[in-house]
Amino acid sequence: MASATAGARKAPAPRSRKSVTGTRRSVAALFLLPALVLLGALVVYPIGYSVVRSFYDQSGDGFAGIDNYKELFTDDGIRTALKNNIIWVVFAPTVTTALGLIFAVLTERVRWGTAFKLVVFMPMAISMLAAGIIFRLVYDQDPDKGVANAVWVGVHDTFAQSSAFPKAHPGRRSPLVARDGGFVTRQPVHTGEAVTLPLVGVAPGQMPDGAKKAVAPGADPGKITGTTWQDFTRGKGVGTLGAPDPTELGYAGMRIEAVKDGKVVASATAAGDGTFTLPAKADGALLRLPASNFKEPYNGLDWLGPSLVTPAIIGSYIWMWAGFAMVLVAAGLAGVPRELLEAARVDGATEWQVFRRVTVPLLAPVLAVVTVTLMINVLKIFDLVFIIAPGSSQDDANVLALELYRKGFSEDQPGVASAIAVFLLLLVIPVMWFNIRRLRREVRR
Amino acid sequence: MTTHAGSAGSVRKTAPPVEGVTPREPLAARIVEKLGGGLVRVLLLVVGLFWLVPTIGLLISSLRPPDEMSASGWWKVFSEPSQLTFDSYQKLLENSDITNSILNTVLITVPATLLVVIVGSLAGYAFAWMEFPGRDWWFLAVVGLLVVPVQVALIPIAELFGKIGLFGSILGVVLFHTGFGLPFAVFLLRNFFAEIPRELLEAARLDGAGELRLFFRVVMPLAGPAVASLAIFQFLWVWNDMLVALVFTDADSQPITVALQTQVRQFGNNIDVLAPGAFISMVIPLAVFFAFQRQFVSGVMAGAVK
Repeated sequence: MASATAGARKAPAPRSRKSVTGTRRSVAALFLLPALVLLGALVVYPIGYSVVRSFYDQSGDGFAGIDNYKELFTDDGIRTALKNNIIWVVFAPTVTTALGLIFAVLTERVRWGTAFKLVVFMPMAISMLAAGIIFRLVYDQDPDKGVANAVWVGVHDTFAQSSAFPKAHPGRRSPLVARDGGFVTRQPVHTGEAVTLPLVGVAPGQMPDGAKKAVAPGADPGKITGTTWQDFTRGKGVGTLGAPDPTELGYAGMRIEAVKDGKVVASATAAGDGTFTLPAKADGALLRLPASNFKEPYNGLDWLGPSLVTPAIIGSYIWMWAGFAMVLVAAGLAGVPRELLEAARVDGATEWQVFRRVTVPLLAPVLAVVTVTLMINVLKIFDLVFIIAPGSSQDDANVLALELYRKGFSEDQPGVASAIAVFLLLLVIPVMWFNIRRLRREVRR
Repeated sequence: MTTHAGSAGSVRKTAPPVEGVTPREPLAARIVEKLGGGLVRVLLLVVGLFWLVPTIGLLISSLRPPDEMSASGWWKVFSEPSQLTFDSYQKLLENSDITNSILNTVLITVPATLLVVIVGSLAGYAFAWMEFPGRDWWFLAVVGLLVVPVQVALIPIAELFGKIGLFGSILGVVLFHTGFGLPFAVFLLRNFFAEIPRELLEAARLDGAGELRLFFRVVMPLAGPAVASLAIFQFLWVWNDMLVALVFTDADSQPITVALQTQVRQFGNNIDVLAPGAFISMVIPLAVFFAFQRQFVSGVMAGAVK
C-alpha cells in the first residue's frame, strides 16, 4: 500500500535522491545499524514493555487487566496530578506563546531589541534544576528574603495602609475592652470630657516615625478630647498608670471611631502626641479603636503554599520558555511581507488593527507550532515541580511525570507507573501523527 | 467584543460620526496607539528587568555568606557591598562530592553528544542518499519517535540496565541520552544532507570515491552548520538533564544536577551549597549559549517538535 501511493504521486518526476554510488544494501545496513539498534533498544522496546507492564500487577507476575488504568482515575494522588497537568497544559503554553508574540512584535520597535531578546532567551540555556533553585529564592515567603514577596508587599502597602500597632493591647485597669479585633471603651464618653485610651505592647522599634511625647488631653466644653498612647509602666512607683508620663509616646496615626448603636457617628486620627478631638455629635458614644489599627503587618503571598504553588511554578516555566516562543515568532515575523503591513496602515488601520487583523492571522501557523511544542513539553514537566515545590506542598503541585517517578521509583508500583507512562504516550500520539504526515509530503520530493 | 467594535468603528472613516455617537476605539486599540513611543521602551525595560532579576538574585546569593543569607534579602548587598565573598565557592570546590559530580557531568555530556552526532549522521546520510527498501518509511518511523516522552522508558530501561549491569554506570546514562537524542539528530541531519546538490556527490563519485570516502570527505565537511546546531542542542540537553540521571546514576556516577537535587530538601540550610552550585552548573551552558547563539537558535527552530 505504501509503495502504491508513493509511486502514483511520483511517477512523473524521477527519483532525485537516488543513490549516486549504487550502494550495496549491506553498506546501507552498516550506516543504519547503530542508530536502529540504539533506537530499538532504548526507545521502541520500552514503549512495548511499558504497554505490557501496565497490564500486570505490582510484582509483575499476575495479570491485572485494566486495574492500573482504573487507578489512574481513582487514586487521589494521580487525580491531583491529572488536574494539575490539565491546568499546566491549558495555561502554560498559551500564556508563554502570547508573551512570545507580544515580545516579538514590540522588540521590533526598539533599537536594543536584540539585547532584550538575548535576556529573555537566556533562561532556555540553563537547567530546570538551576531555574528551580533560582525560583525557590524568588518565591521565599519572607518578604525580607524573597524578591517576589518583597515587590508584592511593596505594591500592596502602597495601596493599602499597613497597620502600625500590630501587638497593642489594653494594660491593667484599662478603660478599654477587646471587641472584634479592636478595642472599645467600657463607658460612653461625653462632651467636655478628656478621654484617655492607653494601650501597651508595641515594641519601641515598631512605633510609627511620627510618634512624639504623649500629651495629656485638655478638656474642651463643646467637644470630646482625648489621648491614645503607649502607657508604658515600668513597675512600682515609676510612672503613672492611666496618664501620660514624659517618657511615653503617643500613638501617632491611630484611628478612633465614635460608635452609637453600632454605627460610626464620628471618627478622628490621633496626632503625633496621641491627642485627638471628636465633635459634639459623638456625645454619648462609645469610642472604638477599630481592628484595622492592629492587623498583623502584611506578609505577602504564600507562593509555595498549597493553593498558589502550581501557578507559581507555571510562572517559572514561563520565565524559562517565553524566549523560545519569542524567537520562533520573531522568525515568523521576519517572513511577513512588510508591504502587507504598510498597505493596511495606509488604508488607515490602527496599529492594533494591523496587529489583530494582519500580523496575527499571518503568524497563526507559527503560533500553532509553538503552542503545540510547548504543550508536549509541559505534559512531561518534572524538574521544576520536583525542585520548586517544597515537601509540604509537593502533593498539591503534583503532575503526572512526577507521580510516575514516585510510583515507579519510591513507592515500587511499576504497574501503575507504566500505566501513567502509556497514558502520557497516548497524549502525544496525535502530535506524532501530525509530524509524520507533515514530513511525508516533504520526503516524497 | 473589542474586535467587533474596532472593525465597525474606524477602519476607514467614510461617514462623519453622527453627533453624539462618537466612534469609540476599543480599549486595546487605544493602548496600542499610546504605546507608540516611550511606553514600549518602558514596558520592555520592565520586562527585561523581570527576566534578569531572578538570575542576578542567584548570583548575588551565591556570593553572600550563609548567615547573611538567612538574615536578609540579597538586595542588601547594594547597601553593604562588603558582604560579597567567594567563600561559598571555595568551600564548594573543596567538597569532593561536588567536584566529582561536575566531572561526571562532563563525562556524561561529551560522549553522549559525540555519539549522537556520529550515529545520527551515519543514519541521516543513509536516509538521504542510499537506496534500500522502505527507506522513507523507516525515516518517518524515526521522526515519529521525536515526541516520545523519556518517562516512558525510565522503568523498562532501569530493569534492562539492572539485568545487564549498566545500572548506576555513566555508560548507561550516556546510552540513554544517545537513544533519545537520535530521532532529532537523524531528522535534522537527514534534512540537511538531502539539500546537498546531487552534482557534488556525483562528481566525487566520478573521481572514484567510495561510499565511506564520500561520507567522510564530502558530506561531513559540508555538514558543519547542522552538526553544530545538533551538537549544541544535545550538549545543553544532556548537561541540563536531571531526571534521567536521577534514575540511572548512583552516588559515584551522579552529575551535578543530581548532586544538588539531594540538597534541595533542606533548602534554607543548604543555600550556601545550592546557590553557588547552581551557578557553576549554569556557567558552561551559558558560555555555550553566548558563544553559539546562532547555531543554538537554528537548532531550537529545527527542533520545535521535540
